[in-house]
Amino acid sequence: MANVISLRNVNKIYGTEIKTQVLYDVNLDVEENSFSSIIGQSGSGKSTLLNIIGTLDKPTSGEVFINGIRTTEMKKDALAKVRNETIGFVFQFHYLLPEFTAYENIIMPYRIKGDAITPEVNERALELIHLMGLDKVKDNRATKMSGGQQQRTSIARALINNPKIILADEPTGNLDSDTTEKVYDLMRDINDKFKTTFLVITHDPRIAQKTDRIIEIKDGRISLDLVNQIA
Amino acid sequence: MKLALKIAWRFLTSSKGQTILIILGIAIGVSVQVFIGSLIAGLQQSLIDTAVGRSSQITIRPVNRDDRIPDYEAIITKVKATEPEINSISPVVDSSAFILANDSTYPTLLRGLQFDTADGIYRINEGILEGKLPTGDQVMLGKEFMDEAKLKVGDTISLVTASGTKRDVTVSGIFDLGVANLNKNWALSEMGLVQSIFDLGDQVTSIESQVSDVFTADVVGANIQKVVPSSLKVENWKDLNASLLSGLNGQSISSLMIQVFVLVSVVLGIASVLAISVAQKSRQLGILKAMGIRDRIASLIFLLQGFILGIFGAILGVGFGLGLAVAFTKFALNPDGTPVIDLFIDPQFIAISALVALAAATLAALIPARSSSRLEPIEVIRNG
Repeated sequence: MANVISLRNVNKIYGTEIKTQVLYDVNLDVEENSFSSIIGQSGSGKSTLLNIIGTLDKPTSGEVFINGIRTTEMKKDALAKVRNETIGFVFQFHYLLPEFTAYENIIMPYRIKGDAITPEVNERALELIHLMGLDKVKDNRATKMSGGQQQRTSIARALINNPKIILADEPTGNLDSDTTEKVYDLMRDINDKFKTTFLVITHDPRIAQKTDRIIEIKDGRISLDLVNQIA
Repeated sequence: MKLALKIAWRFLTSSKGQTILIILGIAIGVSVQVFIGSLIAGLQQSLIDTAVGRSSQITIRPVNRDDRIPDYEAIITKVKATEPEINSISPVVDSSAFILANDSTYPTLLRGLQFDTADGIYRINEGILEGKLPTGDQVMLGKEFMDEAKLKVGDTISLVTASGTKRDVTVSGIFDLGVANLNKNWALSEMGLVQSIFDLGDQVTSIESQVSDVFTADVVGANIQKVVPSSLKVENWKDLNASLLSGLNGQSISSLMIQVFVLVSVVLGIASVLAISVAQKSRQLGILKAMGIRDRIASLIFLLQGFILGIFGAILGVGFGLGLAVAFTKFALNPDGTPVIDLFIDPQFIAISALVALAAATLAALIPARSSSRLEPIEVIRNG
C-alpha cells in the first residue's frame, strides 16, 4: 500500500545560541489506512515529530512528504490548505473554540475550506455527532461539555473534511479509563469505516498494544518499530 | 469574509463587558466631537449673525465722500444680474442730523431707506416694537433713544441739519435692531424725506446688500467692483472686520485641535483593547490556524472587530452627541429663556465625524490584525 506520510532524514534543532537537538535523522513511512501509535518518554521528541508531520513545525533539515507532496518548501497559505484538507488534528487539551457550540466547532474546518455549507455536509456533521454520541450536547458551547464530550467533539471536527490522515497527540491523556476506552474504540471504528490513517501519540501501553504498529521514540531517534500481530 | 465576520462577531459577543466598554469609549469620543463641533459652529454662526447678520455685507459707495450715486436703479439691476449670490440689495440715503426733542438736542444718523428692500438686510419689520414704518414726514426711532429722550409714538420732533434747515416730523414707531448703538443713533425714514431735507433730488449715498454665504462677501465684492463705474468703490464686511475673522479662525483651529486629540485617544483606546484581545484569543487563533485558516482571514477577523466596534461606537456617539447638544440648548438658557448658544447641527459634519471614527477604529485594528497574522499555530500547540 502507498505511504501517506514519509519522513527522510528529519532533524530538528531548537534555539540559535544554545542549540538543543530534538530529532536525529528520523526516517519514517506510514501506510495508508494504518493505525499506528507513537510511544516514548516525555521529552523524547514524539510531539515535535507529530507537529512536523502536521506541518505545524518545520524540520531544521530533511524532507517531509504528505500524501506524496513535499511540504518542507511550501508557503504558509499552501500549508494551511494541506492542514485543512488532508490532515485532522486531535490534541490532548482538545482545543475547541470556547465561543462556539459543538456543532459549530465540528463544522469549522469545512467553513475554513471556504465552500458553502451544503445539506450533505450538514448531514455528515450530524452523522459524526451521532457517531460520537454528542446528540444531546451539540448546541452547547464547548465550555459546557464534559472532558470526554469535548474530546469526542474534537475528533468529529478532525473528521469533517474527510482527511486522509488523523494526527492525535495523547487524545485520551486527560480522560478516565472508561472514556479512554470509548474514544479509542471510536477512532478504531472510523479507521475501519472511513479508511482514515491514524497516527496516535500515547502514554497508555494498553492503547498502544491495540494499534497495528508501535513506534517508540527515544532521545530523538526511533528506537523500536514493530508491527503488532495481536491487534 | 463571511467566516471572518462570523468569528469576529462571536468573539465580540462572547466577551460582552469588554465589547460594551470599548464601544462606550468610542461613543464618548464621537459624542464629544459632535458636541464640540456643533457648539463651536453654533457659536461662530451666532457671532457672525450678531456682527454682520443685520448689516450691509457689501456696500457700494462713491469714492469721494461728498459724491452721490445718481443712477442707482441701473446699478442695482446690473449687480443683481452679474451676482446671483446677492440676496438683498437696497439703496440708502444717509446723512448726519440733529434731533430736537423736549428741549434737548441729540446727534443722529438719519437713514432714508427703501423699506421693502431694506427689510432683507435689517429685518426691520421683525424689529418693530411699537407703531409702524414711517411714511412721508415721519421717522421711526430706536428703543434706547426713545427711552433716553422720553418720547412716545405720535410725538412730534424736529430734524435739524448742519446748515440749519429744520423739519418737523412725527414719530411713527419704535424699532429694536438688537444692537443698542444702532437703537440709539439711527433715525429711519423713507428715502424721499431725507432727499428733500438735504436737497438731493433722486440720488442716494450708498447701495447696501447681503450675500447668501457671508464668507464669499470678498469674492462677490470683487466681482461687483468690475461692473460698477470707477467712481464707486465696493466695500465688504470681511475687509472691515479683520479682527473678528481672525478670532473666528482661531476658534476653528482650536476646535479642530480638540477633535484631533479626541480622535487620537479613541484610536489608542481601540488599538490597545484589540491588542489585548489578540493576546486573549491567541489560543483560538492557534487552533484556527492549525485547522488551516489563512493568515489573511485571521487578520480580517481583527479588522472586522475594529470595524464593528467603530460602527456601533459611531452610531451611539452621534446619538449621545446630539442628545448632549439638545440638553445643552434646553438647560443652558439666558434669563429670557432663549438658549445661551444656538447649536448648529450640520448633518455633513456629523457624518464626517462618524466616518472618521469608523475609519480610525478599523485603522487601530490594523496593529492587532498584523500581529494575529504573524502568530504561529505551533506556539499555541506547544505551550498548551
